[in-house]
Amino acid sequence: MDYIKELKEFVINNFMFGQGDSLENDTDFFDKGIIDSTGTLELVSFIEEKYNISVLDNELIKENLSSLTKVDEYIKKKLASESDNH
Amino acid sequence: MCGITGILNLTEPNIISVDVISKMSGHLNHRGPNESGLYIDDWIGIAQTRLSIIDLTGGTQPIHNEDKTLWIVFNGEIYNYIELKNSLIKLGHKFYTNTDTEIILHLYEEKQENCLHMLNGQFAFTIWDSINRKIFIARDRVGKKPLYYTVCGDQFIFASEIKAIFANNKVKRELDAKGIDQVFTFWTTLPGRTSFKDIKELPAGSYLSITGNNVIVKQYWDFDFALPNELTNCNSDEITSYSKELLLDSIGIRLRADVPVGCYLSGGLDSSGITTFVKNNFNNQLNTFGIRFEDVDFDEGQYQKEMVSKLHVEHKEILATNKNIGELVPEVIWHTEIPLLRLSPVPLYMLSELVNQSGFRVVLTGEGADEIFGGYNIFRETLIRSFWAKYPNSTMRPRLLDKLYPYIFKDKRSKATLNSFFKIGIDQPATPFFSHLIRWNNTARIKRFFSENITSSTQDYDTLLELKDNLPEKFNKWDALSKAQYLEMKIFMSDYLLSSQGDRVAMAHSLEIRMPYLDYRLIEFMGKVPSYLKIRGLNEKFILKKIYKDVLPQSILNRPKHPYRAPIKNSLLNKNLQYVDYYLSDEKLKSYNLFNHSMVKILKDKLTKSENSSEFDNMALVGILTTQILNDRFIENFDAHMIKPSIFDIIFDRRSTTHYDYHSKKQNYS
Repeated sequence: MDYIKELKEFVINNFMFGQGDSLENDTDFFDKGIIDSTGTLELVSFIEEKYNISVLDNELIKENLSSLTKVDEYIKKKLASESDNH
Repeated sequence: MCGITGILNLTEPNIISVDVISKMSGHLNHRGPNESGLYIDDWIGIAQTRLSIIDLTGGTQPIHNEDKTLWIVFNGEIYNYIELKNSLIKLGHKFYTNTDTEIILHLYEEKQENCLHMLNGQFAFTIWDSINRKIFIARDRVGKKPLYYTVCGDQFIFASEIKAIFANNKVKRELDAKGIDQVFTFWTTLPGRTSFKDIKELPAGSYLSITGNNVIVKQYWDFDFALPNELTNCNSDEITSYSKELLLDSIGIRLRADVPVGCYLSGGLDSSGITTFVKNNFNNQLNTFGIRFEDVDFDEGQYQKEMVSKLHVEHKEILATNKNIGELVPEVIWHTEIPLLRLSPVPLYMLSELVNQSGFRVVLTGEGADEIFGGYNIFRETLIRSFWAKYPNSTMRPRLLDKLYPYIFKDKRSKATLNSFFKIGIDQPATPFFSHLIRWNNTARIKRFFSENITSSTQDYDTLLELKDNLPEKFNKWDALSKAQYLEMKIFMSDYLLSSQGDRVAMAHSLEIRMPYLDYRLIEFMGKVPSYLKIRGLNEKFILKKIYKDVLPQSILNRPKHPYRAPIKNSLLNKNLQYVDYYLSDEKLKSYNLFNHSMVKILKDKLTKSENSSEFDNMALVGILTTQILNDRFIENFDAHMIKPSIFDIIFDRRSTTHYDYHSKKQNYS
């Protein structure tokens, strides 16, 4: 499953207040000032709730959270590892 | 402490309407409710509304020199006026009042613009030299008293507040996109600019003179910091002793008044220290005033109570509820004349009303201590980030940030994200704005809400470049803390704290605030103190704490730093304030065309629905709402609120032909 569409909708509504024309899948949220430190926590809460995953503190890093593509990959990886564990 | 205004014909003598000046002056009545006066000739009209503090019965302005060739209108206080008067008398000057105002005039006769270096006080004044047809206008060193001006056709128009300039119908009223752009970066406009097009601020520490076509605006003073070879050789004990001596003298001369002087008491180190020094050294019957908050997260009541019971002062307080903070925002914007990004000025507006109703016209406040003694977290942050920048990959160095924000950093998630926030720009420690840039950029994200109209007006404009071009020559040679202090004082303190959160909300209720920490002698001395003694390790205000170590309780000396703030979302969105819905309606947003209406709608919905709101969203809400209010009150409906023109108590009419165009309460002089 591709989570990018849902993530994009959340990011545009929540952080770009509906004006998401400039948001590409690889746009860096932090470099472009789309999301700040508290925004990161909002994003994390959203994916935890929506996809029923637990984001560990040491996973709160740029490599997992800085673009739609990266968050999408991170969610897939988490869901795969959680299903492996069951 | 007063309001001043006037009109000067630039090229030829022409009739200046007393009606127009009295309308302008009427818009400054809150600054000076006790009396008003006017001087008028064929070239100029200058008026003043007075809040009488020194020489209550004899100090009516405008005031003139011995041969009535120089005339002055003055807003402020000169604290060293007694010493200056003695030296002027020795030089043969004759005085007809006991005011500080008259001192300035005679000192100007002696020294011209160099008189400014001898004045210790807070001031904005205008002197008219009727022989040389020269106008001389000046502001105090750090910008405690305001002064704005514009050129309209053939006339130069000035006033203590912009509303008085707009009361002159000839002046065009329009928001300035660049000014608004600056507010949404620095929380205020940069020195010289305002929120309004073609209305200029005379920058702090500057004077302006006009003779014929020759207009000069010149800075006579600026904040300065010592280079390594200019630092004081004193050790920390000697520095403490000398700065304490200066502070006590600064307090002493600020208690000079023919009316009682009270103190603001927040319960923080700075105001607790001032109050203690006043009580112990000068005034045993002291009245203090404080703010309490309904929302406990913002309240400092326990510390206020502790100080009140320790000092046995007569204390009064206001309770700032979310409801009344929300309701008062439009009134406050009328006084600040600039959009806000926080609501902190509102409780101070309420407090000045309480002080006024309690019969006081003057209070001492703790403003300025954090800036000059090194108290703000942004300073400690700068030191830590500079240390971190030497090894950007270090994981140990950023852990020092935990000490600054222990409550936030207790939460591991917040810690991880905040660390990444503070890491931004860590690879560029030499950039001039290293200390402030991450915050400015964070605030500037709100500019995305700007309408296309505003965005297109500012697309080629780089506000940081404008700031960079105006930095002092020495700036790049200063250390990281000095640079941060300079930016903080020059921009945030002078044009926001002393204005929106200082003079404006106090003078709205005819209250003069006096700030002992901002005595220029103390500022200049602390500029020579090495940075490592201002913040020792991470111990902020090291010298100030030493000054107070024997007189303040440990609980105040060592209390965690509590930034003064007021609640936003719960004040603006939970009480169904009609005006909030009105200004944020699609209709008003579209018609003012300052912000993107659909983005604002999403913001408002998001804030209304969510329990926890981010700093950014709160700031955006206040910024957008207050800009809408400003546009309504100053541009769209300026005349909707009837303000009575001044009926002058005294008029000096020196026009060449008689004009029966005014009423005066008392006698007219020619």
